[in-house]
Amino acid sequence: MTPTLTHFLAVSAALFSIGLLAALSRRHAIFILIGIEMMLAAANLNFVAFWRFGPPSPQPVGVMVAIFSIAIAAAEAAVGLALVIAVYRHFRTSNVDKLNAMKG
Amino acid sequence: MTREFLDQIFIHGKQYLLSFTAGAPGWLVQIISSLLNIGALLGVFLTLFALISVLERKILGRIQNRYGPNRVGPFGLLQPAADGIKLLIKEDVVPLRADKVVHFLAPLMMVFPAILALGVIPYGRNMTAFAIDGGILFFFAVGSTAELAVFMAGWGSNNKFSMLGAMRAIAQMVSYELPLIITVLPVVMIVGSLSPDAIVAAQGGYAHGLIPRWFVFTPWGGTAFILFFVSGFVESNRTPFDVPEGESEIVAGHMTEYSGFKYATFFMAEYFGMFAISGLAVTLFLGGWQAPFGLLQFIPSYVWFFAKLSAILFVFIWIRGTLPRTRVDQVMNFAWKFMLPMAFTCILAAAVWHYQSHGLIGWFGSFAVIAAAYFVLSRVLDTGKKFAPRTYRFAE
Amino acid sequence: MSSVAFVAIGILTLAAALAAASLSKLIHAALSLAVAFVGVAAFYFLLGAEFVGLVQVFVYVGAVAVLIVFTILLTRRESGSPARFKWTGALVACAIFAGLLVAIFKTKLPAAPAPPLAPLTVKHIGDSLMTSYVWPLQCVGLVLTAALIGAMILVMEEKRP
Repeated sequence: MTPTLTHFLAVSAALFSIGLLAALSRRHAIFILIGIEMMLAAANLNFVAFWRFGPPSPQPVGVMVAIFSIAIAAAEAAVGLALVIAVYRHFRTSNVDKLNAMKG
Repeated sequence: MTREFLDQIFIHGKQYLLSFTAGAPGWLVQIISSLLNIGALLGVFLTLFALISVLERKILGRIQNRYGPNRVGPFGLLQPAADGIKLLIKEDVVPLRADKVVHFLAPLMMVFPAILALGVIPYGRNMTAFAIDGGILFFFAVGSTAELAVFMAGWGSNNKFSMLGAMRAIAQMVSYELPLIITVLPVVMIVGSLSPDAIVAAQGGYAHGLIPRWFVFTPWGGTAFILFFVSGFVESNRTPFDVPEGESEIVAGHMTEYSGFKYATFFMAEYFGMFAISGLAVTLFLGGWQAPFGLLQFIPSYVWFFAKLSAILFVFIWIRGTLPRTRVDQVMNFAWKFMLPMAFTCILAAAVWHYQSHGLIGWFGSFAVIAAAYFVLSRVLDTGKKFAPRTYRFAE
Repeated sequence: MSSVAFVAIGILTLAAALAAASLSKLIHAALSLAVAFVGVAAFYFLLGAEFVGLVQVFVYVGAVAVLIVFTILLTRRESGSPARFKWTGALVACAIFAGLLVAIFKTKLPAAPAPPLAPLTVKHIGDSLMTSYVWPLQCVGLVLTAALIGAMILVMEEKRP
């Protein structure tokens, strides 16, 4: 039972939904960011799996997209965490349910 | 015949041991071969660690005009055995409110990257434990996980001083990772490959038959070597940059709440980090396992590697005994304002040297680029504070 | 042999990801996330893309995980409030997982195992980056610079008048 594309895609789908679980069901802002980073990693895994099992091409497209995606994910994590720190300084809480000043 | 045999004696020994597994499937032979490599690596470096720990104390003692430890064995050389026994039988104290899992895992996570990083360095001709295509990237990738381990140590101790020490350590390590990696870029650029074997091979040969073509003898290589060396100091938290473990300030920083064997593991992790950075410096700039003069090539390659490694370790210990500790804001200023621009000019200088086809204009051009950047930086960063003569006031 | 490795790495990664999503203490969740990232890097090694695996360890474990733990440190609350788990989120995640699995098993994916691939060297990736992908490279550089400056401005202390 060598791993085929279906197995890799199933694993990445599981990782994606676990990330979605973390992002949707927790109230601390950093947990949501953890979920988002997990979802990005799962999507990158998808790209590289399709590159591996796909037809041979002159440019390694899947690998390139994965590399750029990792770089952008790092930038997004930095900005997101800076936002969490800034919000914490102002509101003294990281509970996203309490950040409803613009509601209504 | 004897020269080749002596040079490759460990490779022949390993193949002799592997010949016992002739009938086994391919993957089992691969696993056994890897285990033999790892065993040899660990054996050599654990012995070197024990030796360096006692030699450091003796050399520091001599610098401070006293003998080092000289009671345990002949000239005190069995001191590591005594230290090891003492640390093993000490009581393992864990703070009550400490996070048990994180507190336990931190020393392990600190020592794994150091040992992993030792696996990609070429120790002799054909003697790299794991020859990966992106070996340099592997080295830095596992080195960057050490910061997480420092944080775990500081957090798991549930101690404000540990946390403070851990934060200072991480700030210092992250700041100096940039110059460390950027000074490696000129070497990778000139060689065109990330594999340490290729980098050592590119430094072969002798210019005019006399001077070896090591990268440290080029203008950009010499500057990059100095910058890499200083960054390596900071990465291993050695004096003068040992603010994280400043003994007179925050007790032992992130290692305060660790006793006995776990402290020994931290100690070992610091020394292994030192070995790894020195090994990489030898590989990248000092020509790896190659002999400095063509006449001396009969000496085996691993002897040259360990000789150069010992020279660099001696300089590490010498500087520890000589210079005082820097302040943490001086450390950060130095990294961001001086070392990072100088590292970028090294890349520029290497490009100038390379595109003039290593001619005389190339040498002058790259030297001029580095000298210009150095003068500009030293003028810009000069705060103008003059040192007044010291006045001493004594209690009346 | 590779199936044993695949199963082992898969179990490690998914267990660490589940731990990261469901542990109550934030630090443990962040550290399990680092383990999950290492698991994903192991998957990249298994797929033959070693460079991406190394970049994953370098960037995600060495930088993003350190950022997350630093932020946890700087935004600590004294009392840990009881983290009431929201069950609607779990339902949505399970539904999406089921939908993705249905889509995967219905698609006609190449049934044969992977064709033997020429090993992807760093030189090849470097050539592609500098020739076909040079514009995305410059754009990523600009995005990273903007993110760096933006993050620093967001957390700078405001000057008191």
